[in-house]
Amino acid sequence: MITFEGVTKRYPDGTVAVDDLDLEVPTGAITVFVGPSGCGKTTSLRMINRMIDATSGRITLHGRDVREIDPPTLRRGIGYVIQQAGLFPHRKIVDNVATVPYLLGWSKKKARTRAMELLELVGLDPGLAGRYPFQLSGGQQQRVGVARALAADPPVLLMDEPFSAVDPIVRASLQDELLRLQSELRKTIVFVTHDIDEAVKLGDTVAVLRVGGRLAQMAGPATLLTEPADDFVREFLGRDRGIRRLSFISAKEVRLRPAPSDLATDEAGRPLGWRTGDELAAYGTFDPESDSLRAALDAALLSANGVAVAVDEDGRVRGVAGRDAIDELLAEYAPPPAPSPAPSPPPSQGSGPAEEAPA
Amino acid sequence: MSQEPLVRWDWIARNWANGGPTAISALLENHIVMAFLPVLFGLVVALPLGLACVRWRWLYQPTAAVMNVTYSLPSLVLFSIFLSVTGLTRSTVVIPLTFFALAVLVPAVVDGLASVPDPVRQSAVAMGFRPVRRLLRVELPVAVPVVLAGLRVATVSSISLVSVGALIGQGGLGNLFIDGWQRQFYTPIVVGIALIVLLAVLADGLLVLAQRLLTPWSRARRAA
Repeated sequence: MITFEGVTKRYPDGTVAVDDLDLEVPTGAITVFVGPSGCGKTTSLRMINRMIDATSGRITLHGRDVREIDPPTLRRGIGYVIQQAGLFPHRKIVDNVATVPYLLGWSKKKARTRAMELLELVGLDPGLAGRYPFQLSGGQQQRVGVARALAADPPVLLMDEPFSAVDPIVRASLQDELLRLQSELRKTIVFVTHDIDEAVKLGDTVAVLRVGGRLAQMAGPATLLTEPADDFVREFLGRDRGIRRLSFISAKEVRLRPAPSDLATDEAGRPLGWRTGDELAAYGTFDPESDSLRAALDAALLSANGVAVAVDEDGRVRGVAGRDAIDELLAEYAPPPAPSPAPSPPPSQGSGPAEEAPA
Repeated sequence: MSQEPLVRWDWIARNWANGGPTAISALLENHIVMAFLPVLFGLVVALPLGLACVRWRWLYQPTAAVMNVTYSLPSLVLFSIFLSVTGLTRSTVVIPLTFFALAVLVPAVVDGLASVPDPVRQSAVAMGFRPVRRLLRVELPVAVPVVLAGLRVATVSSISLVSVGALIGQGGLGNLFIDGWQRQFYTPIVVGIALIVLLAVLADGLLVLAQRLLTPWSRARRAA
């Protein structure tokens, strides 16, 4: 666990980058620092591995004040992924990945073997090992950056806007890849971004920081979307909070009924469309096992008759869910009543289950 | 005089290696040594000086100013200044040419280190490199293409400037120009020019080759 205790960073010119920050980064989960530029998120991240030293306050890592640890030693035990990857242009990919093992004094053979394992882990072709960074695409370079950070198997990973320099499609696949890796590795990850959608997608916990380095709110993404602490957080979260929140509710609980006869299927049981006279009308599908309530609602909206088709992982029809079934679940997960004019504690079923992001 | 050919091959043949100090081969050898030493000394001094200028930013402006003023001085002036110290020796040519090389190489080292992308430097820090190792293993290697580019300029200009030393009798192939002018005899001048150009092209080619071998990682980056 990483803790910030009254951490302040003040520069000689009087600028306060981080102001009296108190927070706990839970072990084995992704904590995202998000906020507009100038909110001190990157400064906060870099104070953990002492690339920047705090002016006052204390940061502890596994219970030890980081200022008691020699910076290079501290850093070798913490993975770091930087924007634009920051790969060493003069070293081959395999040696880039093996950087920290080399620094730790591993033999060349052992370090390279480990590097090859990591290339595979992050989904890169081992044939790229002998190339130089300039021969790789931006997305590939960023994967190498992640592999390099993981090389010495550090328990903590710091990620500083790692995916912001790649195009949206590559970014989405890198994000999915990170979530997949994290489900295997269970690292303690601190992830900095200015992109709230990225924060909400990746974070088990999201810390929203405001300009001047103050913590505005720290909560699970679903809670954040339903219960923003103030106008700043609400505005920063942007539009469609209600719909986006549904991404955190599993579609498993949607009550299915058997497929009606007007749903045409092929011989394998996969949907073809809704029969309307001689023609087949549009339909939308969702997989209750892996999809969210948002996907289920989307499927209903895409169907000509408003009925979502539930399918299994092979695409075979398992049943259907009308808007009534989806509404039932929506009502169950309704956000708590607004705190004003009469503040009341939020109902217990409100935020609890919603905290669990779909795996 | 109108019948005088531009090049007298028999003169070249007779004077290529006549055993004396004015043999063309001896002048060529002299030229190579006097052109090469300033670049070598320049590099040896420019590396620590350039590093110091990067480490202590305030040092760079005055250093660059001194270098530029030196560079603007006619080489002949520098030669005459050193003539009173080192006399009619090679040093009188080699020392001023070292200053000229420095004027090119110090900025090359500073620019080379500045060419290291910020994310590269930061990720080296974040991986846990200590300063000296970071300099030797990351920053200097990444600076090599820019330093080598400066080295090419310094080498070629050094090869050409050595000939001015002929005015104090230490000009390598430049002595051929004096000889030719004094006698209104073109062959030594043509030979001198041809050999100096050849030397410059050859030296530059070797440095380009060295660059290819030393920095295979930068080839496509430069093309891109």
